Amino acid sequence: MKNLLNNINKAFDHRIRLGIMSILVVNEYADFKTLKELLGATDGNLASHSKALEKVGFIRVEKQFIGRKPNTKYYATKLGKEEFKKHVEALERLLKGE
Amino acid sequence: MSSEEYLKDITEIKKLMNKSSRFISLSGLSGILAGTYALIGAAYAYWLVTTSYRGYLILDGKVFKLVLLDMFLVLFFSIATAIYLTTLKAKKNGERIWDATTKRLLSSFLIPLTAGGIYTLIILTQQRYGQTGALMLLFYGLALINASKYTLGYIKYLGYTQTILGLLCAIYPGYGFWFWVLGFGVMHIVYGFLMYFKYERKQE
Repeated sequence: MKNLLNNINKAFDHRIRLGIMSILVVNEYADFKTLKELLGATDGNLASHSKALEKVGFIRVEKQFIGRKPNTKYYATKLGKEEFKKHVEALERLLKGE
Repeated sequence: MSSEEYLKDITEIKKLMNKSSRFISLSGLSGILAGTYALIGAAYAYWLVTTSYRGYLILDGKVFKLVLLDMFLVLFFSIATAIYLTTLKAKKNGERIWDATTKRLLSSFLIPLTAGGIYTLIILTQQRYGQTGALMLLFYGLALINASKYTLGYIKYLGYTQTILGLLCAIYPGYGFWFWVLGFGVMHIVYGFLMYFKYERKQE
C-alpha cells in the first residue's frame, strides 16, 4: 500500500493539473485557449497550475507571437509523460486493490 | 483520498483525453460507406471497361473520361459523407467541430495528399499511366499516417496498410485495379467496422 501511494504524484493532486496532463499526453501540444476551454478554467487559474507543472519539469511552455497576438503552446515533457503514466497506473491499481 | 475520488480522477482523465483528441471518432460508419462507394465505383468502372468494344482501357477515349468521372464521384461522396457524419456526431455530443485539433488533423492530412494528388496528375499528363493506382494508394496511406498523430483510432494502421498496398501495386502494375479495390474499398470497410465496434457502439 505504501509503495502504491509513492506513485501517486503530488504534482497531479489537483483537477486542473491532472486535466492539463491528460490533454498534453494525447496531443502534441495545446495552446492556452484550447486548454482553458477544455478544462473550464479561468485565465489565472490555468496560468498558476501550468506554472506549477512547468516548475517540476512536467510540461514545457513556448511563447510566441502570431501577428501581434501572443500565443502560448504547452507541451508535455518526456518526464511529465512518464510520471503521468505512473500516476494513472497507481490510481488504477489502488482502485482494483481495494 | 477515497477510492471514489480516484475513480473520479480516472473518469476525468479519460474524458479529457477523448475530448481533446476527438477525432478518435472520425465516424467508423463513414469509413464503411466510403469503402462501399469505392466498391460500387470500381464495379461500374469494371463494367464500363469490360463491356466497351475493346474490352480494355485506353487512355483518351470516352470510357476513360467516364472512369475518371466515376472516381471523382466516389471521392466526392466519400468526403461529403465523412463531413456529414462527423458533424452530426459532434453535434450530438455537444462539441465544436472546428477547433485546433480539427485544423491540425486536416492540415497534416491534406498537405501530403494534395502534393501526391498534384504529382499523380503531372504523371498522368506525361502519359505515364501505369503507376496511378500505386501513387494514389501510397500518398493516401502516407497522408493517413501523418494525420494519425491527432487520432487514437485505427487510422495509423489503415495508413500502413494503404502504403504497403501502394508499394505492392507498384511492383505489379497489371493488377492496379484490384489493389485499388482492396485498398480503397475493402480496407475502408474493414477498418470502418473495427472503429465502429471499438469506439461507437460502446458509447450508445
